[in-house]
Amino acid sequence: MTTNHILTVENLTTRFQTPDGEVEAVNNVNFHIDPGETLGVVGESGSGKTQIFLSLMGLLAKNGSSSGSVRYKDTEILNLPARELNKIRGVSMSMIFQDPMTSLNPYLKISKQMTEVLVEHRGMSEAEALKRAIAMLDRVGIPGAAQRVHMYPHEFSGGMRQRVMIAMALLCDPEVLIADEPTTALDVTVQAQILDLLRDLQKDFNTATVMITHDLGVVAGLCDRVMVMYGGRVVETGAVRDIYYDSHHPYTEGLLKSMPRIDHANEENLFAIPGQPPNLQNLPTGCAYQERCGYVMERCSKERPPLKAFDQDRASACFREDGQ
Amino acid sequence: MTVMTPKSGTQDTSPILSVRDLKVHFAIPGKGLFAPDRQLKAVDGVNFDLYPGETLGVVGESGCGKSTLGRAILQLIAPSGGQVAWLGKNIVGSPHREMQPLRRDLQIIFQDPLASLNPRMTIGEIIAEPLVTHKPELGKEEIKARVKRMMARVGLLPQMINRYPHEFSGGQCQRIGIARAMILEPKLIVCDEPVSALDVSIQAQIVNLLQELQREFDLSLIFISHDLSIVRHICHRIMVLYLGNVMELADRDNIYANPRHPYTKALISAVPIPDPEIERNKERIVLTGDLPSPISPPSGCVFRTRCPFAKDKCASEVPKLDRVSDTQEVACHFHDSL
Ligand SMILES: Nc1ncnc2c1ncn2[C@@H]1O[C@H](COP(=O)(O)OP(=O)(O)OP(=O)(O)O)[C@@H](O)[C@H]1O
Ligand SMILES: Nc1ncnc2c1ncn2[C@@H]1O[C@H](COP(=O)(O)OP(=O)(O)OP(=O)(O)O)[C@@H](O)[C@H]1O
Ligand code: SF4
Ligand SMILES: [Mg+2]
Ligand SMILES: [Mg+2]
Repeated sequence: MTTNHILTVENLTTRFQTPDGEVEAVNNVNFHIDPGETLGVVGESGSGKTQIFLSLMGLLAKNGSSSGSVRYKDTEILNLPARELNKIRGVSMSMIFQDPMTSLNPYLKISKQMTEVLVEHRGMSEAEALKRAIAMLDRVGIPGAAQRVHMYPHEFSGGMRQRVMIAMALLCDPEVLIADEPTTALDVTVQAQILDLLRDLQKDFNTATVMITHDLGVVAGLCDRVMVMYGGRVVETGAVRDIYYDSHHPYTEGLLKSMPRIDHANEENLFAIPGQPPNLQNLPTGCAYQERCGYVMERCSKERPPLKAFDQDRASACFREDGQ
Repeated sequence: MTVMTPKSGTQDTSPILSVRDLKVHFAIPGKGLFAPDRQLKAVDGVNFDLYPGETLGVVGESGCGKSTLGRAILQLIAPSGGQVAWLGKNIVGSPHREMQPLRRDLQIIFQDPLASLNPRMTIGEIIAEPLVTHKPELGKEEIKARVKRMMARVGLLPQMINRYPHEFSGGQCQRIGIARAMILEPKLIVCDEPVSALDVSIQAQIVNLLQELQREFDLSLIFISHDLSIVRHICHRIMVLYLGNVMELADRDNIYANPRHPYTKALISAVPIPDPEIERNKERIVLTGDLPSPISPPSGCVFRTRCPFAKDKCASEVPKLDRVSDTQEVACHFHDSL
């Protein structure tokens, strides 16, 4: 089958072995992404957002393992040896991490960190690579890029460092860019700058982008499609407008209702989802959301609701889809 | 110096807290071995009154002085200048002996719920500690009964009284912090980013709890946050700080419907709205550049290096906080013409 998808994920499951037993951090996740598209991945802390993408980048912690299938275009990449993955990772597929300092080497100048990949993967000379690095820093809005390229990571502010990360991720013109909470640690005014930058870059390069975030406002402004995670599973997917104006899953609905809005004066109590996020080590039989759900039925504690497609490109994992 | 009147309905009472020209300057060691110390003006002349039952929001970007202000009000950091009057009496520089009884009325809740709780104490001991310190005359049984009542009130199961903090989730730890702060029935709680570390679905639970407690006990709150959406929901008045200076101080409805300071406008317009149509079509003011170093802040208006409207005057003269209406004060030379 030929598709337009640049990334196709099927039945991805990721488990961690821990002294207290096995943790299923990602459970049977399916999605795809097309060129130029932005996919938003939302969900509570611990719902599995980051682990999906660490799995497909081959960056899982040692106690983790994945099964299923991940195809980059037509090539299967899940569980490839590092030597093979390195031809794709950071070249055709790049990831921006939440904490820039985890992926920047504090002891190396930015110039060194940026030129290395170009010399290795693009066969550029040092001089060519430096020129490209400076051009990219300039593109992401770093003033005085030609001088600053010779600085160390700690000499940049948080917002600047995030720009450096974005520049590094884009060096080899990747076809897929995975951004894991790229603005969560930043102030809102700086976040606005970075989101603008990502929007611009997307227009210029037509990069397929994954935006992992817990901020439903960020997704509303940036994404085409949304995937909502709960307890390691996808509970709802759809086009951004469908998700916001016609959510089907009770968790999505609750999440949207519980957000205080800067554009509304609200004198009443906020809507609050009761209870706590689920413990992955100890998920209930049936639906993971049952204890917090206002629509819970008898069936919800017995069977697990499958992710069921309805309409075009929409799916929800809730028995209410069956009309019962 | 103008100090604003509070939300309507409380005008007839007097403030419980009056802060005047409050300053906190930190000495930063000079760069060379023998270089003189430099000054970091974390809070540089803040004025406001707070009334019973009122919530004042303190907003602004990281490093603008929110936490320092909160701590200086509670005398957990010694102010470098100015006054903090609690029930009419200045408490800056009060000896420990005089501060101790006041501590009953003045409490604080922190951002990181787990890190702010002693891991070696049971949650019962943590919540009881202020009672044991301030009301030792209450017997053990009475203290236990009060702790259990407060646990139930904040949504913790009283039978959990002998558990340890690490057995609880972030949201539950924040409830423990709130129970501890509430156990003496204080008059003021400084809430320093109390929900920032929590998931969206848990934030709403904690915000609702704080609001209920406020109504029940006529509590005053200083609510420090960088989340302007939550601040709009919970606060009556809002103070916008930038590099230790007040840019704007106004009633909630004024500040959101009609922000007058360029920084307030930019800050509000930068908050993403969870509605695709509105978010994609709203007008935005995108600031250029980063926050300047607080050790060498810009001359004149501290905001001028990022202000889209800055003119020559902004570099030479510090704009003072001008009252533009009964419920709104703005520190910008050009607030009339913007
Ligand atoms: N090395 C590991 N060993 C055991 N469990 C792990 C490991 N790494 C992650 N997990 C678990 O996997 C689950 C999913 O984690 P993940 O990092 O994907 O969450 P997330 O949705 O990205 O959350 P956040 O919003 O906090 O970043 C969590 O419950 C986490 O505790
Ligand atoms: N003990 C200290 N010594 C020196 N400088 C300090 C000290 N405490 C705070 N500062 C500085 O004072 C300024 C204000 O810090 P503060 O923690 O009050 O900011 P904040 O608004 O609470 O920021 P955040 O949103 O990041 O919590 C910052 O520049 C900070 O680096
Ligand atoms: S005083 Fe000048 S620099 Fe400051 S906010 Fe007003 S216009 Fe901008
Ligand atoms: Mg994550
Ligand atoms: Mg702070």
